[in-house]
Amino acid sequence: MSTYAQDATTSDGEPAVPVEATGGADAAAGEALFKANCASCHKLYKKAVGPALYNVSQKYDREWLYSWIKNSQALIESGDAQAIAIYNEYNQTAMNAFPQLSNQDMDNILAYTDTPKQVAAAVVPAAGDAGTSTGGGDSTLNSIVLAALALILILLVALLFVVNNTLKRFAEANGVVTIADEEEVEARRPIWKAFVENQFLVLVSAIFLLLASAYFAYGALMSVGVDQGYAPVQPIHYSHRIHAGTNQIECKYCHSSARESKHSGIPSLNVCMNCHKSIGEVAAETYQEGMDEYGIDYNKEIEKLYAATGWDPDEQKFTGETKPVRWVRIHNLPDLAYFNHAQHVTAGNIECQTCHGPVEEMEIMYQYSPLTMGWCINCHRETNVDLENNGYYEKIHEELSKKRGGKKLTVADLGGLECGKCHY
Amino acid sequence: MNRYVNTFIYATAALLIISCGGNDGTVNEKSSRSVQYFPNMYESVGYETYQEAPEDLFKGGIEAQKPVEGTVNRGWMPYEYEDSNEGYASAKANLKNPLPYTEENLATGAELYNIYCGICHGKNGNGQGHLVKTEKILGVPSYADREISQGSIYHVMYWGINYMGSYASQTSIEERWQIAHHVDKLTKELKGEEPRAFEKVTEVVEVEEVSQDMMDTHDGESHDQENHSSTDGE
Repeated sequence: MSTYAQDATTSDGEPAVPVEATGGADAAAGEALFKANCASCHKLYKKAVGPALYNVSQKYDREWLYSWIKNSQALIESGDAQAIAIYNEYNQTAMNAFPQLSNQDMDNILAYTDTPKQVAAAVVPAAGDAGTSTGGGDSTLNSIVLAALALILILLVALLFVVNNTLKRFAEANGVVTIADEEEVEARRPIWKAFVENQFLVLVSAIFLLLASAYFAYGALMSVGVDQGYAPVQPIHYSHRIHAGTNQIECKYCHSSARESKHSGIPSLNVCMNCHKSIGEVAAETYQEGMDEYGIDYNKEIEKLYAATGWDPDEQKFTGETKPVRWVRIHNLPDLAYFNHAQHVTAGNIECQTCHGPVEEMEIMYQYSPLTMGWCINCHRETNVDLENNGYYEKIHEELSKKRGGKKLTVADLGGLECGKCHY
Repeated sequence: MNRYVNTFIYATAALLIISCGGNDGTVNEKSSRSVQYFPNMYESVGYETYQEAPEDLFKGGIEAQKPVEGTVNRGWMPYEYEDSNEGYASAKANLKNPLPYTEENLATGAELYNIYCGICHGKNGNGQGHLVKTEKILGVPSYADREISQGSIYHVMYWGINYMGSYASQTSIEERWQIAHHVDKLTKELKGEEPRAFEKVTEVVEVEEVSQDMMDTHDGESHDQENHSSTDGE
């Protein structure tokens, strides 16, 4: 190792400082470099596009590693047997050349790749402890307050009881007959009889009952065919909260056909694999959150995706055995109504959230809007059409705004209330 | 004592009723659909997109199918460079962007870039997108560190490279070229080069024409003659 380090310094013509640095290479600097340059294809303990890099510095001669990292293609072309063997083992995937890395940089990276795997079990409980202790602090405070309140209430009840008894005793002593006693003395009339005899009470309660049943019957009838709040269990627990919320992935990244077709599109699984090829498991905190708050093992859900696409994470290859996922459709307009996503998303520039609600906060996707005709019509009446930069309707816009004296045009003005627009 | 019991019951009932009044802003979630009135008018007679369909009629029991072998979608053109190192090198050297460098093309390209690419590559192409910053996806290079041409940009979008997947299913031919223009602009900015001047276009270039042009210019080095003839025959 030391002889080699001297070689490196002489060839680079650098002073003797790097010799020391080779011994005490900076793994932290190496980590940053690794994440910026290597991690797109390499993982430390798992095979990825390229081989797992843990302990790679022990496996190969360092000089050879330098030339490989700097320009692997040149090394292969020079006929180096070791290089050609690796190139062929990994399906002739050409590794990018990294001429910008100095030997010092590479030493740092190699120092980082030599760090042994941290036992995950030691990390996770620590995170869990922290979570419960902070969460516990809140809940204990709450329960103390609640207990205090309950105690006061019980004391009040007891106080009233005592006061009542004392007053009663006074009354008895003074010879006053309480109403309760009077009633008990009288032959008791059943309460329903008293009720029936009181015609006013009967009338009022009849009206009340009729109104109440009309209210509930109306509610029941109005919910026919309305699936607002429909949140079925999906075959793969996909969290919009994590993807669209935490990770800020655009809606249209996955639902790309919303831009140009009637359907917003259920993303085909290759879109999932754009990221999940390299993301095989979620971060420890995310995992803990899923288990604690939703009782969902996110890593198992990713495994389901791998099973459906036929991706073998160990071999980093598609096996070709695929099976479609039976997603449950949530938003479904009746066949008698026509709706087009592109018309609203691309031409109308409507935000997805306008109709679908705060999807980026939904752990489980549900139907936010009623999707009734009244709801559609209402929006068509209220929404102003953006006339700027809209070449498609230029002429009609001009004529209409002339006719209306420059007033803003709503969708309804453009015929958005015509029956035939949606029903044909 | 009876009276106390009664009072207690009424008080509890009153509390229960009051507690039922939730906040109105929330949507009550339910796991089943509501009743349909005249389902004949609700349910489509034909198969709807993505609907489950009989296995003996549709491969895999799903309505959405790939085009029959030997046919292509309307507006789709076969891409002739193979998904290999040679294909990449050839696309990098020979493939040219058929779209003119105009303000509109660049604006659409930027918009699409921010949807599909910016999440990893960063809004300005330095490899520091949101997913990289949060260490969800690592090792995304800056465009400044790479020697890329518009041809190689398009090639990588079409096939994907290493951990980057293909974006052919999410974007159209025209859209990919618009994105390529934007990536080219970002690369020039990152490398500190002069920005390219916008071209003046007198006539509107149709997508189909563009694709046809693309085909014509690369007739000579077509890798996949079979594919080619099938579209020419139309």
